[in-house]
Amino acid sequence: MIVREIQIAAYLFASILFILSLGGLSSQESAKRSVFYGIIGMAIAILATVLGQGVQGHVYIIAAIAVASVIGIVLARKVEMTSMPQLVAILHSFVGLAAVLVGFGSYIDPRTHLLTGAAHTIHLVEVFIGVFIGAITFTGSIIAWGKLEGKVRSKPLLYPGRHLVNIILVVTCLVLGVLFAKEHGTDGVMYLYIMTAIACFIGIMLVMAIGGADMPVVVSMLNSYSGWAASAAGFMLGNDLLIVTGALVGSSGAILSIIMCEAMNRSFFSVILGGFGDAPSGGAATAMEGEVTALNHEEVADLLKEAKSVVIVPGYGMAVAKAQYPIFDMVQNLRKSGKNVRFAIHPVAGRLPGHMNVLLAEANVPYDIVLEMDEINEDLPSTDVVMVIGANDVVNPGAQDDPSSPIYGMPVIEAWKAEKVIVMKRSMSVGYAGVENPLFYKPNTEMLYGDAKDSVEKIMGFLKG
Amino acid sequence: MKVGIPSEIFPNELRVAATPKTVKRLQKQGFEVYIQHNAGVKANFSDKEFEEAGAKIVTTAAEIYGQSDIVLKVKEPTIPEVDMMREGLVLLSYLWPAQNQALLQKLADKKVNAIAMDAIPRISRAQKMDVLSSMANIAGYRAVIEGSYHFGRFLNGQITAAGKVEPAKVLVIGAGVAGLAALGAANSLGAIVRAFDTRKEVAEQIQSMGGQFLTVEIEEDGATSSGYSKEMSKEFIEAEMKLFLEQAKEVDIVVTTAQIPGRPAPKLWLDYHVAAMKPGSVIVDLAASSGGNCVLTKDGEVYTTDNGVTIVGKLNQLPAQASQLYGNNLCHLLDDMGKADKWKINMEDAVVSRAMVTHNGKINWPPQPLPVSTAKPKVAAAAVEDPKVVSARKNKKETTSMIIKLGVIGALLLLLGRFAPSEFMQHFTVFVLAVFIGWQVIWNVSHSLHTPLMAVTNAISGIIIVGGLLQTTDNLSDSMTVLAFVAILVASINIVGGFVVTHRMLKMFKK
Repeated sequence: MIVREIQIAAYLFASILFILSLGGLSSQESAKRSVFYGIIGMAIAILATVLGQGVQGHVYIIAAIAVASVIGIVLARKVEMTSMPQLVAILHSFVGLAAVLVGFGSYIDPRTHLLTGAAHTIHLVEVFIGVFIGAITFTGSIIAWGKLEGKVRSKPLLYPGRHLVNIILVVTCLVLGVLFAKEHGTDGVMYLYIMTAIACFIGIMLVMAIGGADMPVVVSMLNSYSGWAASAAGFMLGNDLLIVTGALVGSSGAILSIIMCEAMNRSFFSVILGGFGDAPSGGAATAMEGEVTALNHEEVADLLKEAKSVVIVPGYGMAVAKAQYPIFDMVQNLRKSGKNVRFAIHPVAGRLPGHMNVLLAEANVPYDIVLEMDEINEDLPSTDVVMVIGANDVVNPGAQDDPSSPIYGMPVIEAWKAEKVIVMKRSMSVGYAGVENPLFYKPNTEMLYGDAKDSVEKIMGFLKG
Repeated sequence: MKVGIPSEIFPNELRVAATPKTVKRLQKQGFEVYIQHNAGVKANFSDKEFEEAGAKIVTTAAEIYGQSDIVLKVKEPTIPEVDMMREGLVLLSYLWPAQNQALLQKLADKKVNAIAMDAIPRISRAQKMDVLSSMANIAGYRAVIEGSYHFGRFLNGQITAAGKVEPAKVLVIGAGVAGLAALGAANSLGAIVRAFDTRKEVAEQIQSMGGQFLTVEIEEDGATSSGYSKEMSKEFIEAEMKLFLEQAKEVDIVVTTAQIPGRPAPKLWLDYHVAAMKPGSVIVDLAASSGGNCVLTKDGEVYTTDNGVTIVGKLNQLPAQASQLYGNNLCHLLDDMGKADKWKINMEDAVVSRAMVTHNGKINWPPQPLPVSTAKPKVAAAAVEDPKVVSARKNKKETTSMIIKLGVIGALLLLLGRFAPSEFMQHFTVFVLAVFIGWQVIWNVSHSLHTPLMAVTNAISGIIIVGGLLQTTDNLSDSMTVLAFVAILVASINIVGGFVVTHRMLKMFKK
C-alpha cells in the first residue's frame, strides 16, 4: 500500500517516461530505447495504481493481465509485417472498448454518486464524452480492420444525404447528453445506452465511407481518438496520468493524420467526412491518350543491367505479394555491380503511415537508401530506370497536370521524369483512388504484368543468368 | 578565305594539321588551302598528294603565317613562329593555355585570334571537335600494341600442341578515353583486362568494353562536374595503393592514363609497385609527358629496370592516323564556325567562347566553367520579392491573427473557469499542457518511424487500464467489477501486443 503522494510521483515519472518514449522515435538510432521507456513507464503506472489505496480485487486484476499478456504476445509475434495495419487497427478497437467499459463503470460507481452540483454535471459530461469517443473508436477500428483484412469491401460506401444523417445523429447525441446530465444517480442510463448505440453506428458509417487509399488517415485518426478516449476517462476518474498519456497519444494521432492528409492534398475534414466528398468526379471522363506497352521479365532484366541508377517505388502491391525479400535480393545484386539503387517512399504508400519503411526494414534494407518523396524527386530526371512495384496513385502524373482528376494537387513521386519507367502490376485496374493513371500510357513507361514477388524472382533469374 | 598549314618544326612532332582528305573537305567548305612544302612528310603524306587534293604548295612558313586568314597547326607555335603571324589571323592549334601564359600574351599582343584545340569544352555537341578524345583514343590503342611488343608473349590464352599459354593480364588505370581504348584493344587481343578508376560512374563503361572494374572498399566518388576526377582522400589513396600492390604481383602489362589538366600527372604507380612486378612485365605510361603516373617513368624513353620491368615513356603517335583524326576535328570546328561564306567568330557560342583563348588582343583564359557529365543541374530559385519584406509582412499578419486567436481562447478559458470546479480546472491544465508537449514531441518523429510510432502510442493508450484497475472490487457479482475486468483484459492485450510489435519492428531498422 502506498500513499497518494507517492502514487502521484510515480505517475509523474511514468508520464516523463512516456514522453521520452515518443521523443526517442525522432531517429532510428534512439528508437530502440523508446520501447523500453514505454514498458517501464507502463509498469510503473500499473504498479502504482494497483498498490494505491482503495484498490480491490487484486486476484482478478492479475488474472486478467496474465491472460491478456499471453494473448497480446501471441498476437504480436504471429502477425506478419505486411498485416501490421490490421493489427494496429484491431488494437485501437480494444482501447475504444476499454474506454466504453470504463465509462459505464464510472457511471455506475457508487462513489461518484456522492458528487453534487457542477461537479456532478461535469462528471456526467465527462462520462458521456468518454463513452461517445470510445464507442466511435471501437466500431470504427473494427471496420478499419475489416477493410484492411479484406473482410469489408474497401470501396467507400456513400449514400446520398449521408452528411445530413451524420449531422442529425450528432445533434441527437447532444440532446441526449443534455438530458443525461440532468438525471440523478443512475437514472440516465437509458440515454447512455442509446447514445452508445448511435456512437457505434457513427463509427461504422464514418469508416465505411472512407476509401482504401485513405486508410493511413483513418488509422492515425482512430489512433488519435483512442488517445482522447483515454484522456476523457482520466477526467471522469480524476486521474492525471490518464489525462496526460491520453493527450500525448491523441496529439500524436492528430499530427499523423495531418501529415497524411498533407501528403494526399486532402483537407482533414473531407477525409473523415467520407472519401472524396468534395472532389469532382471527372476521373473517368478524361480519355487516355497513347498506348500501353508491356515487357517481359527478360527485357526488364536487360534494362536494369544497362541502367546506372535505379529507383524503386514500392506500394501496397509489394506488401500484398510480400515481395520485399526478393526485391532486396535484386537490389543487392544490382548494387554489387556498381549501380546506384534507391527506394522512394511516398508518405501514404501502403495502409499505414510509414508502412513501406517497416516492410523494407523487415527485409534488412538499410534505411539510408530508403528516401522520402521530397528527397528523391529532384534526382528522378537523372535516373535511368524507375521501377514502380505495386504502387499506383502515388505515381499518378494526373495529380499534377489534370485538374479534373480527383487526386489533383496531391504531391506525387515524379516517376515519369526518369529515362524509363517499369510498372509492375497485376492488371490494368485502377488504384484505390479509383483513378486512371496516365503514367501507364506514357511512351517511356513499360508495364510488367503479374504478381510482384513472382516477377521480381523471375527478373532475378535473368539478372544472374 | 585562305587556310594555311605550316610544317611542324618540333622534331618529335610527326603529325600535320591536314591530310589530303581533309584538304578536300576544307575546299568543299569554301576555303582555299595553302600548305607548306613537305609539311606532311613525317606523316607519310607527300606534296604530290596534297597538290592532287587541290592544295597549293608554299615554300616558306612566313608566307603561310603572313597571308592566311586561318592557320591550322598541331603543336603550339614557338615565339619566332608567332612573330611571323599577321594581325587578325585565326590560329587553330594545341596551345595548353594553362601552362603557356607567355605564349598567350605574345599571341594577344600580335592580335592573333587563337583557338586552343585542347580547350574545347567536353560537352556532347563539341565531341566531334574534341582533339583530346581523338588523340587519347589513338594513345590508348597504341599503348596496348607497344606494351604487347615489349612484353614479348601472347596476350591471349591458347592451348596448343606445344603446351598451354596463359592469357596475359592487363591493368588499365584511369578509364577515360585513352583507358577505354586501351581496354578495348587489350580485350580484343585476348588478354584478361582490369581497370581502375576513382569515378564510380565509369564502372559500366569499363564492363561494356570487356573489362573488370576494380574498386576499393571505400565509398567515395571521384567524379566532378568537369568530367575529370577530383583528388581523393588519404584513406582512399591508401586503399588504392594497397589494391595496386596486389595487382602489381599479378598483372603483366600496366597502362596508366591518369592526367589532371594543367597539373603534373598524379603518381599512382610507386617504386614498390614496380619492384613487386614480375620480370618481363611492362608499364606503359601515357602520362609521361606531364611527369608520368609511374615514378620511374622517363619521358621520351623506353628502358628496363633492374628487376626486368620495361617502362615505356614514349609512344609512336601513328602520325598518319592521328593527322587524319586531328584534321577532321579541325574541319568540324570550322564547320561549326560557319565555313568560308558565313565565317564568324561568335563569342556567344559555348564552344568558341571557351576555346578562343585570345581574341582581339585580349587574353580570354581561364574560361567560364561549364559543367558536363551527367551531374544534375542545381537550379536556383529566382527570388521574386525581397524575402525580408515578404516575411515581415507575413509576420505582421500572423501576429494579428495570433492575438485574435489567443483572445478567443483566453475568453473561453475564463468562461470555463467561471463555472467549473477547481479540481476540474487542475486536470484541464494538465491536459492542455500535455497536448502541447505531445504536439512538440511528435513533430520530431522521423517519417520512416511512423508505423512504430503508431504501435507505441497504441500500446501507451492502453493506459486506460488504470481506469479499470481503479474500478475493480473484490465482489465479482458487482457489474462494475465485471466491466472493469473486461476493460483490464482488452487494455492489457493492447499494451502487451503494442509493445511487443513495436519492439519487433524497431529491431529491424538498421543501417
